[in-house]
Amino acid sequence: MNRSNVTGQRLAAIFLLGCVLFNYPVLSLFNTSGAIFGIPLLYVYVFGAWSLLIGLLALVIERRRP
Amino acid sequence: MLQGWVIVAVSFAYLGLLFAIAYYGDKRADAGRSIIANPTIYALSLAVYCTTWTFYGSVGRAASSGIGFLPIYLGPTLMVALWWFVMLKIIRISKANRITSIADFVASRYGKSQVLGGLVTVIAVVGIVPYISLQLKAISNSFTILLNYPDIVMPATAAAQPLSQDSALYIALILAMFTILFGTRHLDATERHEGMVAAIAFESVVKLLAFLAVGAFVTFGIYDGFGDIFARSEAVPDLKALMTFADTGSGYGTWWSLTVVSMLSIMLLPRQFQIAVVENVDEGHLRRAVWLFPLYLFLINIFVLPIALGGLLHFPDGTVDADTFVLTLPMVERQEALALLVFIGGLSAATGMVIVEAIALSTMICNDLVMPVLLRLRRLRLNERHDLSGLLLSIRRWAIVAVLLLGYSYFRAAGEAYALVGIGLISFAAVAQFAPAIFGGIYWKGGTRDGAVAGLMAGFLVWAYTLLLPSFAKSDWLPSEFLRDGLLGVALLRPQQLFGLSGLDEISHSLFWSMLANIGCYVGVSLRGRPSVDEASHATLFVDVFRRGGGAERSRLWRGSAHVGDLVPLIGRFLGPVRAQAAFAGYARSRGLGSIDELTADARLVSYAETLLAGAIGGASARAMVASAVKEEPLGLDEVMDILDEASQVRAYSRELEQKSRELEAATAELRAANERLTELDRMKDDFISTVTHELRTPLTSIRSFSEILLDEADLPVDERMKFLSIIVKEAERLTRLINQVLDMAKIESGNAEWQTAELDLREIIEESVAATSSLFGEKQIELTLDLPAGLPPVLADHDRLIQVMLNLLSNAVKFSPPKTGRVRVSLSRSDGDLRVDVHDNGPDISAADQAIIFERFRQVGDTLTGKPPGTGLGLPISRRIIEHFGGRLWVTSAPGEGVLFSFTLPQAPTGSAGRREARTIA
Amino acid sequence: MTRRILIADDEPNIVVSLEFLMKREGFEVATAIDGEATLAAIEKMKPDLVLLDVMLPKMNGFEVCQRIRANPQWSGVRVLMLTAKGRDTEVAKGLALGADAYVTKPFSTKDLVGQVRRLLGLE
Repeated sequence: MNRSNVTGQRLAAIFLLGCVLFNYPVLSLFNTSGAIFGIPLLYVYVFGAWSLLIGLLALVIERRRP
Repeated sequence: MLQGWVIVAVSFAYLGLLFAIAYYGDKRADAGRSIIANPTIYALSLAVYCTTWTFYGSVGRAASSGIGFLPIYLGPTLMVALWWFVMLKIIRISKANRITSIADFVASRYGKSQVLGGLVTVIAVVGIVPYISLQLKAISNSFTILLNYPDIVMPATAAAQPLSQDSALYIALILAMFTILFGTRHLDATERHEGMVAAIAFESVVKLLAFLAVGAFVTFGIYDGFGDIFARSEAVPDLKALMTFADTGSGYGTWWSLTVVSMLSIMLLPRQFQIAVVENVDEGHLRRAVWLFPLYLFLINIFVLPIALGGLLHFPDGTVDADTFVLTLPMVERQEALALLVFIGGLSAATGMVIVEAIALSTMICNDLVMPVLLRLRRLRLNERHDLSGLLLSIRRWAIVAVLLLGYSYFRAAGEAYALVGIGLISFAAVAQFAPAIFGGIYWKGGTRDGAVAGLMAGFLVWAYTLLLPSFAKSDWLPSEFLRDGLLGVALLRPQQLFGLSGLDEISHSLFWSMLANIGCYVGVSLRGRPSVDEASHATLFVDVFRRGGGAERSRLWRGSAHVGDLVPLIGRFLGPVRAQAAFAGYARSRGLGSIDELTADARLVSYAETLLAGAIGGASARAMVASAVKEEPLGLDEVMDILDEASQVRAYSRELEQKSRELEAATAELRAANERLTELDRMKDDFISTVTHELRTPLTSIRSFSEILLDEADLPVDERMKFLSIIVKEAERLTRLINQVLDMAKIESGNAEWQTAELDLREIIEESVAATSSLFGEKQIELTLDLPAGLPPVLADHDRLIQVMLNLLSNAVKFSPPKTGRVRVSLSRSDGDLRVDVHDNGPDISAADQAIIFERFRQVGDTLTGKPPGTGLGLPISRRIIEHFGGRLWVTSAPGEGVLFSFTLPQAPTGSAGRREARTIA
Repeated sequence: MTRRILIADDEPNIVVSLEFLMKREGFEVATAIDGEATLAAIEKMKPDLVLLDVMLPKMNGFEVCQRIRANPQWSGVRVLMLTAKGRDTEVAKGLALGADAYVTKPFSTKDLVGQVRRLLGLE
């Protein structure tokens, strides 16, 4: 890649982070009953992690390189 | 209020609106002012990924497996992070090679293989047909449900309905017609449909808004927010179980395989490829899509679980199909408008998918399946037809109809066995078979055509065996013993527990075996053989697309002879003669040529022709057609490699060269300037010599002529003899003067003059000169005034030379002053530390143009009535040189009616050199 | 029949010498001191021969020669060009423009007179 390698690397990192967050070991941690503000834990976790990933993607992409 | 005709009318109005948007988009595109050249539109158009599966099916899935509906949206989110590398590469390759579909991509990569293109097309069609049937099912069901408002009635099973009453059939036909209108109005060489993209982006917004509306309604309208729904669900054991998912290996296995398969589908579904790659306007749009598209997925999924739970709470007895909650919940609460909005949202989701998918598939069918076959059938003698564009469009239109009818057939045959999501996953698993060939193709140069064919076939067969056939069996179109006991009763061949692998859900199971077969055969067969020339060259072009320049390379890998006269009509047959002419004319212009006739039939032209044609009939067929029109000399693999290697070496060298040449340019520019100056001087020298020669010969002519006359004529009258002799003498004098002046000029200019510099009193100089010219003034009776103040400081100059200057100025003044009325005035003054002498006469003034001329050598200006003024024309130039030599300036001022004023300045002699009267310097 | 000669030169002394030479031969002589005057004089007196200097003010000799040759009414007028510039290119140019003969200055009077007579068909 001739363009911003750093962005590319960061995106790859986000990908790996996502793989970890959304797979067996970590996922099972939250796979219990329980609720936060009345919303089931798993639900909160999944959507929370998802929005975190989206936020990171946006941050990495939209940051203008100096 | 919600009668049948209302629903139908609103639906058609909506479709009409879509069409209007598409039409507008196309018009703007044709005018060059694209409305889709916008990263947000690009990102929104990608949301065609969300079909009725998302709209209706997600809720259905959530109702049975809780959070398990989500992986197919998480997958794309993860994949999109990698798009920076992968998608960019695919887009770059596709633009460089003018790829028009996913089949085209695969075929091109493996040497423009028509077989591969056809195979991919078949797999795509077979794989997508279930997905299309899903959309038809959704629309027809939702229509039926809405029709029965206010009662909630589930639609009867599809098979039970007679054909003529099956709304799904009509829906299929209407959609086919609509798609034809959308995408096959004319052939475009790039296969882009800007209007369609605009409409799809619009639809994405409509879908999202509708879903959010119903979601908000259910969550906050029917219940009291998220907390309320979940609290109530906790109370019901079945529902409570949905909060988590099965904590077993297969549970996670399913989660994982769904994620993987959706990661692949976001790229490999024909409609996704079409929108993301073929319709992409600008690589830069990828950036925003990377986060905007996942955000869209996020938003459209927030309310899924609440709606599912809400529906289960509301319809506890299971009579209402969970797939329909999105529609039935508003209906049950008597929200007519909302229900209609939801229906339109679902319609939106379905039409988006069907249109894009059908267009993508029809393109592939036409280019990669039908055309190659037709072109081979000599019977049809297609080569001799002049305009095939009509034929191409017809094929595509029929293909669209066929695809939709196939979708309908599947719907009748197998649509009831699965919930919507189940059907969709079957299609996902099908397109996943493209992954090894494509991803291998862009990263591994070793992938060969045979490997790709083997892999695809193997994967496809396994997929069909493990997913497609079982779906028929589950709908009783195939005996169910097939499922239970395996093929021919062999237990190990049970389609859904192949070789005894049990415990996986059917998707994971199928994915595992099909990928194993696919990748195994792809790698195995590729490694066993060697890539052919075509494959190797295309492999390098694809894999190294970032390192290479792109399309221009391909043309070098071709050798042969072609005639422009053959190529233009060939293209014309497919694109239409007018468009072909226009395209080639444009190409000629871009090469800087005046017309098509000036085009040479070289490799680049052939490549261009191929590209043009590829847009209409696909890369593989295009190559075949063009090859038939030109005589190609096959290149050996080594030659190809050499050429490519050479190219990369050349590129490295050329960078160095660029640097050097920049430096060279700077030096050359200097040299050129110097050369120009030299040439100019040379020319001036030539001019000077020829002018001098002329000036010298003129007096000589008179001298010789009169001398000869005097010799010949013994009896000349005395007065005539005297006259002639005096002319001889005068001309001899003139000649001498001229020679002296020329030599003088030459010496001064070449720097060889001898200067005797001393401190001089200008007053004395002027008075001397005046005395010397007094007779001239007297003869012409010209009045001379002197204004010479005393006590002015001396100047440093050469005495004789200054006298020369003054004599020149004074004699000019006399020459040009009118006799008797002439007045000449000489004044001496100080000006800014210099000493200044003015000589003014009231003769005819000198125009601005002439003011410059008089200082040129041999140039004189004079009153033309009196003829040529006497003199050599060198006086003023010499005077100026002399003055300038001593650091002064000599110039003329003349305004109309004010006579002529010559002035010169000389710097003061520096103090301290007083007493030095004589200093000899050779300047 | 008396031949008429037109002398076109801006050097007064040269004109004097040429005039003498032509009159000695018994020709009628007229003079012009610039290009335009030359053309006017040709119009007026229809000379049999023009002694045409190249370096004339207002319109140079080459142009005058071109004009003469362009006019079918003056096709009988002989043109003898005179110049102090002796380069071969000049000679060729003059002849190409239609001059009948070309003499460089300084010339031999015998030579000049001989050329004139030849052009007039007198020897």
